[in-house]
Amino acid sequence: MNDFNYHEPRTLAEAAAMIHAARDGSLIAGGMSLIPALKQRRAKPSDLIDLRFIGELTGIRRQADAIVIGAMTRHADVADSKLVRDTIPTLARLVGEMADPAVRNRATIGGSIAHGDPAADYPPALVALGATIITSTRAMQADDFFTGAFATALRKGEIITAVSFPIPDRAAYVKFANTSSRYAIVGVFVAKRGTDVRVAVTGAQSRVFRIMEMEMALAKSFSPDALKPITIKPNGLNADIHATPEYRAHLIGVMAQRAVASAAAVHRPN
Amino acid sequence: MARVTITVNGKPETTDIKPRTLLVEFLRDHLGLTGTHVGCDTTQCGCCIVLVDGRSVNSCTMLAVQANGASVTTIEGLAEGDKLHPMQAAFREHHALQCGFCTPGMVMSALELVQRNNSPSDGDIRYWLLGNMCRCTGYHNIIKAIKAGAEAMARAG
Repeated sequence: MNDFNYHEPRTLAEAAAMIHAARDGSLIAGGMSLIPALKQRRAKPSDLIDLRFIGELTGIRRQADAIVIGAMTRHADVADSKLVRDTIPTLARLVGEMADPAVRNRATIGGSIAHGDPAADYPPALVALGATIITSTRAMQADDFFTGAFATALRKGEIITAVSFPIPDRAAYVKFANTSSRYAIVGVFVAKRGTDVRVAVTGAQSRVFRIMEMEMALAKSFSPDALKPITIKPNGLNADIHATPEYRAHLIGVMAQRAVASAAAVHRPN
Repeated sequence: MARVTITVNGKPETTDIKPRTLLVEFLRDHLGLTGTHVGCDTTQCGCCIVLVDGRSVNSCTMLAVQANGASVTTIEGLAEGDKLHPMQAAFREHHALQCGFCTPGMVMSALELVQRNNSPSDGDIRYWLLGNMCRCTGYHNIIKAIKAGAEAMARAG
């Protein structure tokens, strides 16, 4: 690991000033993606700005019909949150099945989505639930946030402060996980809110994506059978040692049907 | 250099370190606490797990500066003199170690599990140990030991 200067800002404004002043600064949240990159010298920042003392970035609260999760909130705390379990149980379960307990104790939602891993579990949740990502300078829709493999719409020095998840009527996530890494070979998140149905897929392309054909079919009839006539084409899907594009196309269909089948009845308590 | 104060096994330790120092390097190289092992160095095997403010953490994937002000418990902090901690005693009783390399991480990880669930089932234990690898593949006795350790801890209150 190369040397770097280390900073501990106490406010968001202080953190923003530090990241702008640094020659090649990097923010650090839990560090579960960044520290491995530092070790391999894939990342060689001149300065690390640690967000852990900025209290406003941590915590989970309900705001009208949405659950707002602070960027520095650890996966373990999202999985354990009674509020999340009661309102979006699928999200609590998804986060509780990420990686392993020691990783969940450090990893944060902000760090995870800023990393932009195309096989991660949070991105399909954000996209299917229609989440809003709130940063130090603006708010953006999840659809516009994930732009490619390990790439996001974040600008230099922009700091994620929270993610706001509208509470769905029904939602479910089913992933076909790599046995070793637990990352999704294919994961499908299905969410229904009023007449709006969204289907988001992770692990199958360079970034999370939606399948409009499935969304339209489910808007007419929210049942696994509605998806049966739809064939997913392998064109453009990932090919690697774990799965061919053809296999991933098949998995998308199967995972989507399972997700619809398991989408719990009604999640909206008051 | 950065000055950190980390309470390790109840004792505050203040040291000047390079910010790039990993928590596991701080424990092993600066404090000589070599009970915490480095297995994979890539956040996969769990041999380096310690408790940071009561939560299990891979100390190979945490900077020591990130633990500044925190309280860390390592395997060396469990026994009271010659008296093993009930979880350590259960590992010995149930022969839950072969080469022993993964054992410190297994024990520390088990302690957080028991803190969350004082009567874990076999399934709970196996699921919890997803991030702890034993390359001797001695899992069966490890599960038995953690179950017995949890019971002994409950009895001890």
